[in-house]
Parts: sequence; structure tokens; C-alpha cells
Amino acid sequence: MLDCTLVIAGSAGEGIQTIGDVLADALSAHGYAVFTWQEYESRIRGGQNTYTIRVRQDPCNAPTWEADILLCLNQGAYEKAAGRLKDGGILLAEEPYDKAAMVVPFKAMAQERLGRVIYANTIAAGALAGVLGMERDALEEVLGREFAAKGLEVVEANRQAARLGYDAADAACRDACPWSFPKRSGSHYLVTGNEALPMGAVRAGCRFIAAYPMTPSTGVITFLAKRSEELGIFCEQAEDEIGAINMALGASFAGARAMTTTSGGGFALMVEGISLSGMTEVPVVIVLAQRPGPATGLPTRTAQGDLLFAVHAGHGEFPKAVLAPADPKDAFHKMVRAFNLADRFQIPVIVLSDQFLADSRFTITDFEMDRSRPESFLADPESLTIYKRYALTDDGVSPRLVPGMSHHLVTADSDEHDEWGHITEDLAETVPAMMAKRLRKAQHLCRAMKPPEAYRVEDAREVFCSWGATRGAVLEAVDRLRKEAVPVGILHWTELWPLAPVTFPQGARLWTVENNATAQLASLLGQGLGLRIDRHILRSDGLPLTARYIRRAYHERA
Amino acid sequence: MNVHDPFQNDVEIQWCPGCPNFGILTALKRAFVDLQLEPHQVCLVSGIGQAAKLPHYLRCNFFNGLHGRAIPVALGIHAANPTLTTVVTTGEGDCYGEGGNHLLHAFRRNPNMTVVVHNNEIYALTKGQGSPTTPVGEVRSLQVHGVEMTPLNMPAVAVLHDGAFVARGFAADPDHLKDLLVEAVRCPGLSLVEVIQPCITWGPHPVSWYKERLRPVPTDHDPTNREAALRLLLGQDGRFVTGVIYRGTERPLFGHRFRSAVGNEPLGRLGFPENDVVRSLLDKFRAH
Repeated sequence: MLDCTLVIAGSAGEGIQTIGDVLADALSAHGYAVFTWQEYESRIRGGQNTYTIRVRQDPCNAPTWEADILLCLNQGAYEKAAGRLKDGGILLAEEPYDKAAMVVPFKAMAQERLGRVIYANTIAAGALAGVLGMERDALEEVLGREFAAKGLEVVEANRQAARLGYDAADAACRDACPWSFPKRSGSHYLVTGNEALPMGAVRAGCRFIAAYPMTPSTGVITFLAKRSEELGIFCEQAEDEIGAINMALGASFAGARAMTTTSGGGFALMVEGISLSGMTEVPVVIVLAQRPGPATGLPTRTAQGDLLFAVHAGHGEFPKAVLAPADPKDAFHKMVRAFNLADRFQIPVIVLSDQFLADSRFTITDFEMDRSRPESFLADPESLTIYKRYALTDDGVSPRLVPGMSHHLVTADSDEHDEWGHITEDLAETVPAMMAKRLRKAQHLCRAMKPPEAYRVEDAREVFCSWGATRGAVLEAVDRLRKEAVPVGILHWTELWPLAPVTFPQGARLWTVENNATAQLASLLGQGLGLRIDRHILRSDGLPLTARYIRRAYHERA
Repeated sequence: MNVHDPFQNDVEIQWCPGCPNFGILTALKRAFVDLQLEPHQVCLVSGIGQAAKLPHYLRCNFFNGLHGRAIPVALGIHAANPTLTTVVTTGEGDCYGEGGNHLLHAFRRNPNMTVVVHNNEIYALTKGQGSPTTPVGEVRSLQVHGVEMTPLNMPAVAVLHDGAFVARGFAADPDHLKDLLVEAVRCPGLSLVEVIQPCITWGPHPVSWYKERLRPVPTDHDPTNREAALRLLLGQDGRFVTGVIYRGTERPLFGHRFRSAVGNEPLGRLGFPENDVVRSLLDKFRAH
């Protein structure tokens, strides 16, 4: 079965992202299922980064480490990435870093043949198309789109560059390269988490976003800001994350579905705002794109290290929900769910993403958009004669109105308050009644939460418990282990708090598989379900879990 | 309840009896009446502190949020519904201390809202510590040898940032303060009204001490003259200058580009997007 991994290695500023994107787009346009992931340093120039493209006929959105084809743009890139090349793999390089390398002097060719070294990237992309055995004009369309804004001349020069690279590689590797990627029928979406999350927000009817730039979350507000007026979504870059969440709460109070996005350090600053949302019962959605901490940590790397932080964020006791989408399709639907849950229960809802989900491009066959719809939970002002914002109700949810939309007055108070929203210190009645009211919402919320997705658990003797964006890797690992006759199954959580009741398969050994160092899902399941899980497969080096890593770790520990 | 005052409510007021804050409350209510606003058209926003309790004592919409965070909440409200009259009622500890960064950036944004800062030169709700405006040398409960840091001159900062309307009132003169508040609300852009509000419980000086030192802006002061405004605020006894100190140059309001494209409709009335809008977004990511 076709399953080819291509790694592009180079320094920041050398254009590996352009090469990778152009090639991935072209492969996708040829009908192939593409998955890409990136690991990069926190700098704009220099360092050594890689862009990995996995190509198959059927989608498998899981990262691979070993390369069938490795493109190195400089000596340092070769030194860092050479170890990833499989035995018999093809090394394509600017210079002969080792004797097996297929040398295509991209930069020299660009200078000599096209007069500008800037075309080296496109020559490299063309060379990769040649090594892959794509058609000679495979990149033409994609280059036309990529450079359309720069004019026909630039488009033509890039097409010429691609052909130069293609011919050079084709001549050099006609016998050595076994691959062939003719055009196939079929059309997929190729999309990152940071593109799917804002599209889900649009679907949900989000009308306001405020955020402070922080990798890897920034793409979400950028996506919306580019389309702000066309979509009618007010986008604001806040002065800090405290400002961001408070702006979102103000907008939400005034009737706009509102959200903010951040990463761990910014989320730490937002925590008082989460508590404010809990007390004022103003709904808000927070996307927390995780990266390794503590503190600044590894700004551009991935982790699942903030699960317990998210679940416990906020002083005091109040209900909140924590979701963790598995891939961009799930992210799209989870955003709609997040806004609906936030509005229905008047609570903060945290959506956990991570650098891996944010930046990786996944192949989605169908978004099934109609599976999620925004739901409105606002009260009808006409139906209320007297309006009390914090009216005590059976389910704890008070009728919510928006200020300025009727003659009813709407309040929000961070102090403990009475039904009208005024400060109270009535410890005998009002205070306990208000606490009980808010916590009643938690019981109803709990009933609305979904249990984990189960995969091959019926006959499983080993069950991997996992969560969030590691799903693709865990699924692939389990399929591989099954082929080795290991009876493994998966319970994969994408709705993490509050935890819905779960049925675990009888007699199976439970593991957690997580992109963190301390098995936070295991702690959470212990806290929420009284479960003890002491077998873990963990990764916390800033790189995503892969099937190979999980399989190897399982065999070491089984 | 006074039937003639639509902003009157019957909430028990927690301020110390005789506090000049009552004067600010009176001035604000009267300003809203003068502006012919109805309670549902007004949204007060506050943080935490004695001043920040004000929204509870006035019948209208309000958001009493966290310490220092009134301004970002107000910005969100204003972004979502620019037809509401949004007024922040805050103290100098709330607005210049805990939330100073938000105020600085609010000058840059220039939202069409009013910030009323009750300046009592002390942290009153926490019993008498120094505040961002306490004069050097004055003793406070935590600064037992006198405050060493120089006080913030926020009206001067507002002038430097070309604030739309910069004024100072006196809590014990609600008539004058009411006039300032009416002008502040009418003025497009960010209006800062600082109010000298002596703390009669913890403060070192009685109300009369301030009253004797007030320096109304000279009758020939031109508030559109930035240098003249700064000279007043930075000169001797600048902290006691009252009146309309500065009117900024006309510049774009917060959200103007968005609002000129989308209109002034509250965001909550825009409804949910059509399926086609979402589908066309998704389709941009479909390979072709």
C-alpha cells in the first residue's frame, strides 16, 4: 500500500514552508490523502526546521518520523535530519553532504538559469515532484494560485523553476525512485486545526474575538481578522490576555457570541476571567493551544500539558466545560458545541488545541457541516414581566437577556449577588442559594457531556486511554499492534470535563497515552471516575506522538 | 422611590455616610436625565473598589467585573453594541493601578465611551494604603514613612495621547460635575473625567481642604490647545485644576472600519450565518 513520507529540512527563512505547502497542495489536488506536520524553532531566521509530508491513497492523519525522501537545504539541515532517512531512502540535497545524495544545486540553478536565487525553493519543490514521479506539470496549477497576487511574470518564472527542478531530479533518479503519483479522482479538504477552529466559530455564530498574539494559537484570530468585515466578526488584538478575556466577556454580556484564544502563559493570565465568567454566568469560549511549559517553555513545540490546568482554572467553585478536538473536522464541530454549551449553561468553555493540531494539515473527506448547528438560548424579553438576571430556577440556568435590547435591565456582578445582581452578604439564605444554583448547572452539564469514542475495545485485553489531537497516532498504533496479534483497543476522550460516565471493558489492562510527562488524563480519570491507571505511554519532548513511538513504548512496557 | 427619577433604585448604599461618592452618584444620575437617556440605554461598567460599587446604586444595565478590568469589559460591550451609552465608573486604584495598562491602550483605541475616575488618593476599601495618585510624602497605612513614588498624572497622560475629552470635577460640586459628565458622554471618543473625591474616613485632609485649593481652568483657557492643557496639569497645583482641560483632535473611533462596513447594528442582532457562508469558507480548503 502506498504510504510515502517526505521530509523537507532547512533553516527558517529558506522557504521550507512554501516548498512543503506547494507540494502538499499539488498532491492533494492530484487526489491523494496528504498529512503534514511541522516542527520548528522559535525564531524567524536560522535554526533547523522540518516540514513532513505523508502521502497515501486513503487518509491517515497521523505523523510519521522516518523519511522515504529527505530534502536538505543546507549542511546543518542534513546533520539534523539525516537520521530520519529510511534505509534505501532518497536524499535530495543542495550539495553532496554524503555520497548517496542526489544533488540538485537549487540555488546555483536559480541564479544561473533564472537570474534570482529566490526561485531555489520552487526548483526544490519541482525536484521533489520529479522524485515522487508526479507529472511534469503537476505543480503548475498550485503555483498559479500561490503566486497569482504577484503577477503573471512571477507565476511563469516559478513554473519554469518547477520544471527545471523536475527535469534535474527526473534525470538523476529515473531508476532509483520507485514512486509514481499519477492524477487520481477524488477531492479532499486539506486543512489545519488553526483553520478549522475559526471556521467552526463562524458556524457557531461567533461575532467577537479578542486575543493577544501567542504561538501556536495566533492563527485562529488571524484567520478571522482577515475576513472580519465580510463575516461580521469584530476582531480585536488586546493589550494582554487579561484584556482579551475581559473584552470577550463584555461582548458576550452585550449579546455577541464571543471567544478568545491563547496558549499556556496567556491562559494563566486569563484565569481570573474564567472565574469571572463562572460567577457572572456570562458565556465565553477560550481556545487554549497547548505548547510545552512551564513558563515560556518551548514556544513552537507541542504538548498536552495543560489538561489539569484547564480543568481546574479559576478560583472558587463553578461549572465549566473542557473539550479537546481530535482533528480539524472534530475541531470544527467542537467549536459549535463549545458555543452552544457555553450559552446553554452560561459558563466558560475551554477548547484544548495544541501546536500539533494547530499547524498540521489533515486530509478531511467531508466536514459534514450540517451535523452541527448553532442554538440560541436567550430568553424572550416579551415573555418576562419582571426580570431578574440571576433568578433561582430548577436547573440553575436563569433566563438570559441582553442589555439594550428591551426595557428589561441586565446586570452582571463578580461579587456574590442576589437574584437582581446586587451585592449580597446574606449568608443565611442568598449566598448558599446562589452557590447551589450555579452548581445545579454542573449536574445538568454533566448529563450533556459525551463519553469517549471506543475503538476495537470489545475483545481488547489492553485499552489505551487517550485524548485530543493524538487520536490519529493512537489509532494507527493500535492497528499496527492488532496486526501483531496484540488485542488492543482505544477509549479516546474529546469531551474531558465534566466527565460523562464510561463503561470500561471487563478485565482489560488500562493505559493512558499522552503527550505529557505526568499522565494528566490518568489523574483526571482518577479524580472524576475513581479509576486507577498506572500504565502510561508518555511523550514530553515537544514532538508529537507517532504510531511508531507508541508501539515501541508499548512493547517495552507490556 | 422617586417617580421623577428613572435612575433611582432602592439598593442599600454601602459607602460611609457623608462620602463625597454620593455627590458623584447624584451628578451621574442627573447627567443621564439631562442627556434624555432611559435606564435600558445605559450600561455602567466597573471593577472593584468603593467607586466600583456605584453601578449598584443606579437603575440601569451594569457589569460589575473584576479589579482593574472595567475598561476591557466596557470595550467588549461597546464593540458588541455601540448604541448603548457605556460609562465606566472606577477609582484610581482600579483604573490607574490594577488596570493601568488597559487605560493606556484605551486612549489609543479611542472608543466612544466615558471613564469616570473617583480619585481619592487612597485605597479606601482595603483601609488606607497609598494609591497611584497619593502625593509624595503623605503617610498611608502601608507607607508609614510617607509615599516615595511620584503620583501618576493620568489626565496629563490622556492629553499626551490626544484623549477626546479630558476634564476634572469635584465630588462636592455635583452641579459642575454633572455638566462635565454631560459633555463627556456627548463627546465622541474616549472621555476621561477625573473626580477629586476626598476620603473622609482614611484620608488626611477634610473636604474643605480640597475645596480651598481648587483651581478652575481660567476662563480664557482654550481646551483644544494641547500645550496649554499640559501646562495647567503639569504646573504648580496642577492636581487641583478643575473644568474642561482638553478636547482632542478628531480621530477615528474604536471599531470605525468594522462599523462602517457592517453598520451600527448590535452584534447580537446579526444572527447566525447562512450555510452558504460557512460552506464557501470550507471550500477554500478543498483541493482542486
